[in-house]
Amino acid sequence: MTKKTLFEKVWEAHIVSPESKETPAVLYIDTHLIHEVTSPQAFNMLREKGLKVRRPDRTFATMDHSTPTTKPNEKGEYEFSGEKEKNQVEQLKKNCREFGISLFELGDKRQGIVHVVGPEQGITQPGKTIVCGDSHTSTHGAFGALAFGIGTSEVGYTFATQCIPQRKPKTMGVKVVGKLNSGVSAKDLILAIIAKIGIGGATGHVIEYFGEAIKNMSMDERMTICNMSIEAGARAGMIAPDQITFDYLQGRPYAPKGDAWQRAVADWSELFTDLGAEFDSLVEIDAGQVKPMITYGTNPEMAIPVTEVIPENAPKHALNYMGFASKESLIGKNIDVVFIGSCTNSRLSDLKDAARIFNGNQVAPGVRALIVPGSHEVKEQAENEGLDQIFIKAGAEWREPGCSMCLGMNGDIIQPGQICVSTSNRNFEGRQGPGGRTLLASPATAAASAVAGKVVDPVKYTEKVANEWQGEVA
Amino acid sequence: MKNDNTINGTSNFATEQSQIFSREPIKKVEGVAAVIDIENIDTDQIIPAEYLKITNKEGLGEHLFSNWRYSGNSNSGRSANPDFVLNKTETKNAEILITGENLGCGSSREHAPWALLDFGIKVVISSSIADIFRNNAVKNGLMPIVIDKAEHQFLLQQNAKVIAVDLVSQKILVDRKIINFEIEPFARYCFLNGMDQLDFLFSQETLISNFESRQAQYI
Ligand code: SF4
Repeated sequence: MTKKTLFEKVWEAHIVSPESKETPAVLYIDTHLIHEVTSPQAFNMLREKGLKVRRPDRTFATMDHSTPTTKPNEKGEYEFSGEKEKNQVEQLKKNCREFGISLFELGDKRQGIVHVVGPEQGITQPGKTIVCGDSHTSTHGAFGALAFGIGTSEVGYTFATQCIPQRKPKTMGVKVVGKLNSGVSAKDLILAIIAKIGIGGATGHVIEYFGEAIKNMSMDERMTICNMSIEAGARAGMIAPDQITFDYLQGRPYAPKGDAWQRAVADWSELFTDLGAEFDSLVEIDAGQVKPMITYGTNPEMAIPVTEVIPENAPKHALNYMGFASKESLIGKNIDVVFIGSCTNSRLSDLKDAARIFNGNQVAPGVRALIVPGSHEVKEQAENEGLDQIFIKAGAEWREPGCSMCLGMNGDIIQPGQICVSTSNRNFEGRQGPGGRTLLASPATAAASAVAGKVVDPVKYTEKVANEWQGEVA
Repeated sequence: MKNDNTINGTSNFATEQSQIFSREPIKKVEGVAAVIDIENIDTDQIIPAEYLKITNKEGLGEHLFSNWRYSGNSNSGRSANPDFVLNKTETKNAEILITGENLGCGSSREHAPWALLDFGIKVVISSSIADIFRNNAVKNGLMPIVIDKAEHQFLLQQNAKVIAVDLVSQKILVDRKIINFEIEPFARYCFLNGMDQLDFLFSQETLISNFESRQAQYI
């Protein structure tokens, strides 16, 4: 029998009609996730052409990008940053009602960032094809699903036919040997991988991550890894499902139950890359060599270990924008804002990483620290564990769930020139607000930097008490 | 077997034309080229998030590349940055945009091709174009052309020149030099025939229904 990769198994199981020289394959989509920003024009298209949503039962909506992260007022009204944001959210409600789609709206306990909510509700499952009008749909690949971002036209195609036309992508294996050192997180690993592959290095490919370090990861960590696959240009990222995956899913609202669960697990257990199957390209990285990472430039590939200096050949226009010089260290740079959140790092384990550092410490004077859980479920869990109190005591803002300052569509933005250490996934120019400067890092690095008021090495922090250590940095 | 028919069916499809949703066919674009020699231009630069708050597709051209095109911001008044290529007299009506490699990385926002088209850009050319952006471009009639690195270096020197991009012969003509390119055959077919890809998907209806009835129960 031919040896197949995980990707090939999932791909082949969803081919409605195969590709030919003239036409792409028609790929069946099991699950379609939507949000308020990339769906309205697709709904308009349906109306213009007199079409219906073919499978409303396989379509799930939430609102996250334009939503406020402040609590509703006494009357229970949400205060949007503007009329346009409010209108987008209203449109989504109206569209979902008209076309019969389940919506986790503001006020619903299931609302949150689409890539946090899907897995949490058990909608995301191994072996599925999942699309969403959002490039970080790659997150769901952590469950062994083939999940990728699409544009609004394809959102419309999926509404109308539950299919999209696709050429078969190439495969890239990313083998992570060894173990991550303590104090080094999944975020650091994926930043190191992107720095190695490059921002366009995986264009046209689906990445599969495997190896000891990946095997040992929790689902939260695997999601952080797959989430940022798109930052290397990949169509999708995937990790073979295993007992950790099944344990995560069992009992979640949309996960199969009873006999169906047994059958599902049996099928899912076949989802791995066969021994001897080949990838179109293979990258190997030693987890033991990975250090806490930070970005210095204007795309995620421009990342360095926080203890190292900006490379000599760093792109000039990026350094100009950031106001940094090559061969300079970021350690000790004053910062203005810290953002802990986004579909990359807003899950419970991320908040715990941050809380460990905030515990008994204070956010440095003049620094704004914003902590935004990925969903209401995450928020509730964090509050049950008392994390919110740690953040609030430290002087950080504990917000309602949403995308927030990851892309600054809801009014949560940084000001021109400000430097923000952010646990999100993109440091593009102006991403967090026009003129804003973003340094991507892990929750631990972000939290430690918030306390210090400057960029610091989080490993040092965990080794020493805050005061001594701040003295050393200063 | 059904599947064999399909292969024939889809091949024939390219000649039979059962178009329900048509758009303007595009065979050739001839116009002024503007060059932005920057690598990894992300979709946040093409159209920043603050302009994604719309529920239609109109009016985005005004905000195309707004962080680079203007100083100040749209709320407190902004002024055109005279150094930016799309503000210069000779290239402000450009129909062809040539950029550094890996154009369109980042977010899946289709607002990026909508903004380019609304501005008047009909063709984008680079040595590599990010997957989602390229897919989105094709569906809106924005031609994404990938050429090899040496030719790319040459084209990056052709700012403000009139360039012809011929999709029928898959050639770019500039200054009597001819550059060959290849575009994905299905995308090319859709451009040349003004076909909406949704037509193609609708032609697969029987196969889609069959597929659905075969799927495992727990899904
Ligand atoms: S958190 Fe950021 S990257 Fe994730 S879906 Fe929201 S805007 Fe996109």
